[in-house]
Amino acid sequence: MTVTAIGAAVRRKEDHRFITGKGQYTDDINRPGQTHAYFLRSPHAHANLKKIDLSKAKAMPGVVAIYTGDDVAADKIGGLICGWMIHSKDGTPMRAGPHPILAQGKVRYVGDHVAVVIAETLSQAKDAAEAIVVDYDVLPAVVEAGKAQAKGAPQVHTEAPANTVYDWHIGDKAATEAAFKAAKHVTKLDIVNNRLVPNAMEPRAAIGEYDAGNDALTLHTTSQNPHVARLVLSAFIGIAPEHKLRVIAPDVGGGFGSKIFIYAEETVCVWAARKCGRPVKWTADRTEEFLCVAHGRDHVTRAELAIDADGKITGLRAKTIANMGAYLSTFASSVPTYLYATLLSGQYAIPNIYCEVDAVYTNTAPVDAYRGAGRPEATFVVERLVETAAREIGMDPAAFRRRNFITKFPHQTPVIMTYDCGDYKASLTKAMEMADVKGFGKRRREAARRGKLRGLGYSTYIEACGIAPSQAVGSLGAGVGLWESAEVRVNPVGTVEILTGSHSHGQGHETTFAQLVSSRLGISIDNVSIVHGDTDKVQFGMGTYGSRSGAVGMSAISKALDKIEAKAKKVAAHVLEAAEADIDFKDGKFTVKGTDKAVDFGTVALNAYIAHKFNPQELEPGLKEGSFYDPTNFTFPAGCHICEIEVDQETGVARIVKWTAVDDFGNVINPMIVEGQVHGGIAQGVGQALLEGTVYTADGQLVTASYMDYAMPRAHDLPSFEVGMTVTPCPSNPLGIKGCGEAGAIAAPAAVINALTDALGTEDVPMPATPLALWSIIAKQSKAAIAAE
Amino acid sequence: MPTVTLTVNGRSVTADVDSRTLLVQMLRETLHLTGTHVGCDTSQCGACVVHVDGKAVKSCTTLAVQCDGASVVTIEGLAQDGKLHPMQEAFREHHGLQCGFCTPGMIMSAVDIVNRKGIVDEATIREELEGNICRCTGYHNIVRAVEAGAKAMVSGTPVRQAAE
Ligand code: FES
Ligand code: FES
Repeated sequence: MTVTAIGAAVRRKEDHRFITGKGQYTDDINRPGQTHAYFLRSPHAHANLKKIDLSKAKAMPGVVAIYTGDDVAADKIGGLICGWMIHSKDGTPMRAGPHPILAQGKVRYVGDHVAVVIAETLSQAKDAAEAIVVDYDVLPAVVEAGKAQAKGAPQVHTEAPANTVYDWHIGDKAATEAAFKAAKHVTKLDIVNNRLVPNAMEPRAAIGEYDAGNDALTLHTTSQNPHVARLVLSAFIGIAPEHKLRVIAPDVGGGFGSKIFIYAEETVCVWAARKCGRPVKWTADRTEEFLCVAHGRDHVTRAELAIDADGKITGLRAKTIANMGAYLSTFASSVPTYLYATLLSGQYAIPNIYCEVDAVYTNTAPVDAYRGAGRPEATFVVERLVETAAREIGMDPAAFRRRNFITKFPHQTPVIMTYDCGDYKASLTKAMEMADVKGFGKRRREAARRGKLRGLGYSTYIEACGIAPSQAVGSLGAGVGLWESAEVRVNPVGTVEILTGSHSHGQGHETTFAQLVSSRLGISIDNVSIVHGDTDKVQFGMGTYGSRSGAVGMSAISKALDKIEAKAKKVAAHVLEAAEADIDFKDGKFTVKGTDKAVDFGTVALNAYIAHKFNPQELEPGLKEGSFYDPTNFTFPAGCHICEIEVDQETGVARIVKWTAVDDFGNVINPMIVEGQVHGGIAQGVGQALLEGTVYTADGQLVTASYMDYAMPRAHDLPSFEVGMTVTPCPSNPLGIKGCGEAGAIAAPAAVINALTDALGTEDVPMPATPLALWSIIAKQSKAAIAAE
Repeated sequence: MPTVTLTVNGRSVTADVDSRTLLVQMLRETLHLTGTHVGCDTSQCGACVVHVDGKAVKSCTTLAVQCDGASVVTIEGLAQDGKLHPMQEAFREHHGLQCGFCTPGMIMSAVDIVNRKGIVDEATIREELEGNICRCTGYHNIVRAVEAGAKAMVSGTPVRQAAE
């Protein structure tokens, strides 16, 4: 294996620009004549907009224009859309209220967009925004998912009575009820999956620009999927037809889902650029990110597990209320349904599953996909139930898992998914060895002598990635197909450009995609460049999320490379004056079977372009091929994470002392990058479990709107991680890849809470398990102990 | 408008700036040194760290006028004569970055840690990085990078050359 081949820990090609400060993020770009946008945002969670007086603000220095919802309406600019239709139990379509880019008549959460001020400088725009006088008629607000459907709760949208967007279900209710009736033991848990703020370190930003000469618009924006952004802006919002709108997502500083969506701000920037005839730039400050980026999670769930006398799981049922926030964000409706309840079988053979999900509006920021999207919520439900059930029936949690693991593939779950492959025992066994589970009892006793409560928790997770077969998701309500495109352009001297619809915002595509090309064509990765993130360069693509860029994006490249190889063989046959059937291609060389005749890839590429050696009427000149790859199934990465934690009895501070992750991602292109994805995912999952809480007051003020109040994981909150792998190659795509981007965030919260509940001896530990929360539990326990004496 | 003269990455620059201009704004907007980033508005994330007279400072919390006469080094000035600084090498070698947004501040902080403390152990690195937030890496490889970068800075041991 050469050092750049598939499977090698190749150092990243993109790093040079980032470590030298030469990255080009949206906010680093400035356009001639550029103006600055500042959004006047609602300070109220719920209010009618009686009057907006702009007269004083418009006269302020530097102001170019001020627009409100009236201007949007007058220009017939549409609202933001939600691209996944969910039907309620009774078959009725979800009840979605309008989502205007600037508020029309009503504001529905703190941060909602009331007006945009466009000025020569940002300071001038801010000053003018302060001079806008808004007459609000403040209404009562509802912020908690569990309270949204209550009688008399404030109504967020008239379209959705009882604030209910849909009440959906999946699975066989009667069969599941029967399983519970027959159960030997039933485990019940009430679970709150805390709301999170994604917090990519680069705040969202946009620059809209209008070319009057060609009547064309350009939008630079922090997007994970610029083509989808262009499609939505064109076809649904009506900004401009697609061929008159170019969307560029340059270097993007992290996304984690939050930059999939099409937001009000970039839409306003590109609309306003034409209206005021100047480029319009907007960059969120961190507080705006907290207020207005799509949040994640926020589920309230009652979950139950039925177990028979042999310790076999016979049924699972759950009722979840999912907080959608004040508006339905781009893919919000799919997250608590098809990305959540379809994973409730976990790694286990569970014959009966039934799940009901109510999605509710509240006066909070919209909630949508955040790293893992629905799958962390499902894993948390399943893994908390399984761990608790094992403890309740007095079985070792690992042995209980083993008894219930799926071992035969393909496996059809009762909730849509067909798992194609996996070896769950292998990852559990390897993780237990790496974590030295055998020695845990001794470590626990040693910790107790130091006044620490030590616990160990498992999370044997599964996820559905490689999103997704277009027909399958179409039948479930998706408004788009989820294939990916690739184009391979071979230049006359044999260097290669790959145009991909995937988008890299930290994942290292410039390296891994080049490794694939390098290993297939036998050329150096330095001779391969990856082009992405520009709708004028790449024809179309679905972007990067759901751990799909390896399984789907690279499969498209692989398919296009097949075509390149096939055509290059034809050219080589002419160059080598041999029959095409006698040509072999290996390590960058075309050879003629049984001879020593050979020609390298670069020479063949040159011959393809000069077209001297073949009849162009029979074989077209040039060497460029494309592919649209649509996956045949989801992929199912799975694995086992083990968290060992110590809680200080005096302070309630929890410290992770050991983290072991063994993941099965199928084939791996670059283990260094894959491990990095695992590390980052675990950190976000640990953040959810121990640190990150999003707090709204009862009247809808976001209390945790800065890094002073929202606890981001820092270096000293985390340990180093032990990461191992097992491999069952994925049979559902040509490269055998399953995807690795979300695993850590999916696995980690349950592992942490299972470790904490083990340490504390109670199943009732909330997320985030802050020192205060843990200290309160310990204090209550010691009070009870004293009272009992 | 006050006039501010700075030496930035070894070059003397003079600019008229609004008195409320932050150092980071002067670097990014006036001098077009966009390697220094802004990740927050409460002086927490460290994406903006540069060196002012040899010390790491958060340029989002420093007024440009405060730095009049000072020598400023940004991420763009760290490599010398086309040769990467050992800490830059170490971040690349140990995959200490993903999206790259926190990276300039991380590297500038890391260099400062080693300037102050020399070779440091993992616990110290983690404590010292308390003012730098990374959302991508989980810090695991940042710690590896700082360990290796520190060794290379102190003893001149080269960071292992990239396997390519
Ligand atoms: S931008 Fe300076 S600390 Fe965040
Ligand atoms: S590499 Fe993305 S924030 Fe650190």
